[in-house]
Amino acid sequence: MAIIGSFALLLALALSVYSFLAGIIALVFQKQASHPSLQPGEKTAYHPGMSRSTGGTSLAALLRQGSERIGETARRAGVATFAAVLLASVVLVICAFRDDFSIAYILHHSNRDLPGPYKFAVLWSGQEGSLLFWSLLLAAYGFVLRLRYKTDARLFAYASVVLAGVQIFFLSLLNFAAHPFAIVQGTIPADGNGLNPLLQYPEMVIHPPMLYLGYVGFTVPFAFALGALIMKYPGEKWIHITRRWTMVTWAFLTCGVFLGAHWAYSVLGWGGYWGWDPVENASLMPWLAGTAFLHSVMMQEKRGMLKMWNMWLVFATFWLAILGTFLTRSGIISSVHAFAQSSIGEWFGWFLLITFAVFVFFFFKNKSHLKSEHKLESLVSRESSFLFNNLLFVLLCFTVLWGTWFPKISELVQGNKVTVGAPFYNRVAIPVALLLLILTAIGPLLAWRKTSLESLKRNFLWPTIGAIAVAIFLMITPQSWGSVFGLKPWQDISYFYSLMAVALSVLVTLTVASEFYRGGRVISKHTGQGMFASMVQLTHRNTRRYGGYIVHFGVVVVIIGFAGAAFNQDKEMEMKNGDQMTIGPYTLICRSYTDDDAPNYASEWALLDVYKGGKQIDTMTPVRRFYKASQQTSTMPDIRSTLNEDLYVVFEGLNPDNGHPIIKAHLNPLVMWIWMGVWVMLIGTVLALVPNAPAPVRVPAPGRLGQAHPAPVATGD
Amino acid sequence: MPSRLSLLSKVGIRGRKAAQTLLLCAAVFALLGAGDPATRFTEIGHQMMCICGCNQILLECNHVGCPASDGMRNELMASLTRGDSDSLVEQGFVQKYGPTVLAAPTTKGFDRAAYVIPFAALIFGFGLIVLVIRAWKNRPAPTLADGLRPVRGAELEQFRDQAGKETDL
Repeated sequence: MAIIGSFALLLALALSVYSFLAGIIALVFQKQASHPSLQPGEKTAYHPGMSRSTGGTSLAALLRQGSERIGETARRAGVATFAAVLLASVVLVICAFRDDFSIAYILHHSNRDLPGPYKFAVLWSGQEGSLLFWSLLLAAYGFVLRLRYKTDARLFAYASVVLAGVQIFFLSLLNFAAHPFAIVQGTIPADGNGLNPLLQYPEMVIHPPMLYLGYVGFTVPFAFALGALIMKYPGEKWIHITRRWTMVTWAFLTCGVFLGAHWAYSVLGWGGYWGWDPVENASLMPWLAGTAFLHSVMMQEKRGMLKMWNMWLVFATFWLAILGTFLTRSGIISSVHAFAQSSIGEWFGWFLLITFAVFVFFFFKNKSHLKSEHKLESLVSRESSFLFNNLLFVLLCFTVLWGTWFPKISELVQGNKVTVGAPFYNRVAIPVALLLLILTAIGPLLAWRKTSLESLKRNFLWPTIGAIAVAIFLMITPQSWGSVFGLKPWQDISYFYSLMAVALSVLVTLTVASEFYRGGRVISKHTGQGMFASMVQLTHRNTRRYGGYIVHFGVVVVIIGFAGAAFNQDKEMEMKNGDQMTIGPYTLICRSYTDDDAPNYASEWALLDVYKGGKQIDTMTPVRRFYKASQQTSTMPDIRSTLNEDLYVVFEGLNPDNGHPIIKAHLNPLVMWIWMGVWVMLIGTVLALVPNAPAPVRVPAPGRLGQAHPAPVATGD
Repeated sequence: MPSRLSLLSKVGIRGRKAAQTLLLCAAVFALLGAGDPATRFTEIGHQMMCICGCNQILLECNHVGCPASDGMRNELMASLTRGDSDSLVEQGFVQKYGPTVLAAPTTKGFDRAAYVIPFAALIFGFGLIVLVIRAWKNRPAPTLADGLRPVRGAELEQFRDQAGKETDL
């Protein structure tokens, strides 16, 4: 099996190299064919026996035909690369299921008693496998792109070459530096070392694929952007194509990032979902840059502005995704997530340098093509809000990058490392995020070109009053209502941030609602439909705009969830049978504790009755497992989620002196809002991808325009 | 002119008063609850890392039998009971465990750059965008072909109002 896998990888590399080189040759020929000197009527000294113009025409035709044929073979080689990488991946998974421990990767990441889904997940659980998986996803994206080449054959040909270039890098890594089919030397052990216990959780089967679909997916917008830059693509069509790919990729990355947060929350047992670990940061950076691009791209589509800036944003997003991989795999920055340290960090370093150099070269070579007429009428306009929006997203991205690299910079400058953890990001990133939230509320209400202060006042008055009312309500309500009530922002800066976050979230929600309401009212007035049906129609008429609003709403739901973190409580206690612990409104009584044995792991667990207001409402069973193959332990917290708060109970282990279980309970307010908000964000994104309804709203045009028939009114973004 | 000057001075006095009030409020808020040892334990404990290699905040480290966190927590409590100031507690920990024990860079020496750079970038970025917007705003409108003239000023406002009324948005 290992031979088949190795051969498939070599074949894939050969096909990628062919796709890349033949693609370049085809594009060069194509360029030559369209050269003015080879056009009919142009003088050329190509063939002495022919008339000059005929010679030029036939040579051009010959070159065109040749380039088309070579280009087609390059495209097919790209398609075949997918088949070869898929074969290698399938072989690796089969080897995992067959417990083929002659393959070093399987030996180190699997064992006989590992459940089936985790054997499947072995594909992305280690260094080599995850690189193979990355390559597979890249090939899959390339496969789809190459099948859809008829959308714009020339642009897709350029993008295909760029993708093949990136694919060559990953396949070279797999063939020469991190071979997933490397054979174990000497005696083959009877059983494998097993999968890291932290990875043995159902979400582990979907979190990495989602994250990788996001990381890898950003190669596609980059490929289109670089292709458009190299070929000096006329017009903005490439940006329309790129935007859809970016949205899909962004949705995957969003899903991946939050699944990671949920996995950390559900498995790591420290009661939190985000630790500002370098690897977590690595996933956040491309997300922030990609989000900035999704916003600023509208400026290019609507006003033809920010062409150079958008080019850099696409590149930065791709580059940061690779940088994240470099961080994870080079060992340059210490992280609990990092893969085993290896030489592939150098490969990634070189790849980052080369891609940067290539992009910068073509950018400066062809930047005149990206020049656009920038003209603004007012500071109070949608255009300005997008500029500030981009500033804040890029600044947040920079802050995360700065914080991630600061330990290394500090080591270089002052000779000692420092830790850059949550307190740093809370101090620096939260104020910027709050500013961004203000912009999220204001931006959609601003008109393109110019907004009058009067309309701004009219649109903002009620949402602002609503936000202030909620803030006052949260401050004056009694604390007994729940953790977030009776909030005293002067007691702690984190309370102040929380109050601001909730108030601004309400502001965004009300501005979004007012947009739906005002648009729906117009349709309702002209069609006689009910308000809800009108709003549905409104959304269908401009899915991108209203889908975007739903995404904004999802973001504020997530932010409200984050705001709850300021009120987290925890308590730790040694609990023998009958002992009780009180945390917030809950009382936990230890009914018993016991142990269990399964083929893959042994477990210890506690049985805790949960009381609220004197009534038993639940029984919780936090578990601590000991994985036999890897000889490692892992906690499985039991979480009781409600809209108000999560009761999160961890079985930390047994006191070695008396054998009593140590239980840690966390009370985490509003966490469920985070996961709900992500669903809303994803629904909004899917909605934004749905094509608009074909017919615009028709209203009778006034006589001034001299039209008796109805004039179409379309809603703009 | 004198009335304008007095108006400016009034605005200046009000501004100063507002700034003083804000400063006072900030000082009061900062000092509220600062003396409570339990609050201080929680606050300082969340500003430090466990040094066992788990990469977790000291008070969030949840390893049973962790070789470091229990001792560190006891040391922290002892320092606070002794009445050590926050900075003295931190200094003691840094001397014993090295600078990585602090969960965030300090605000001294080069570490200050960690905080200054992002906010400097924010201010610089804001300034830059305002300048860019001004420059774009002051650009002359592109000339139109066939003798058409660009619509500006009051006439543009009139059309804008009309569009607003017609679309009712």
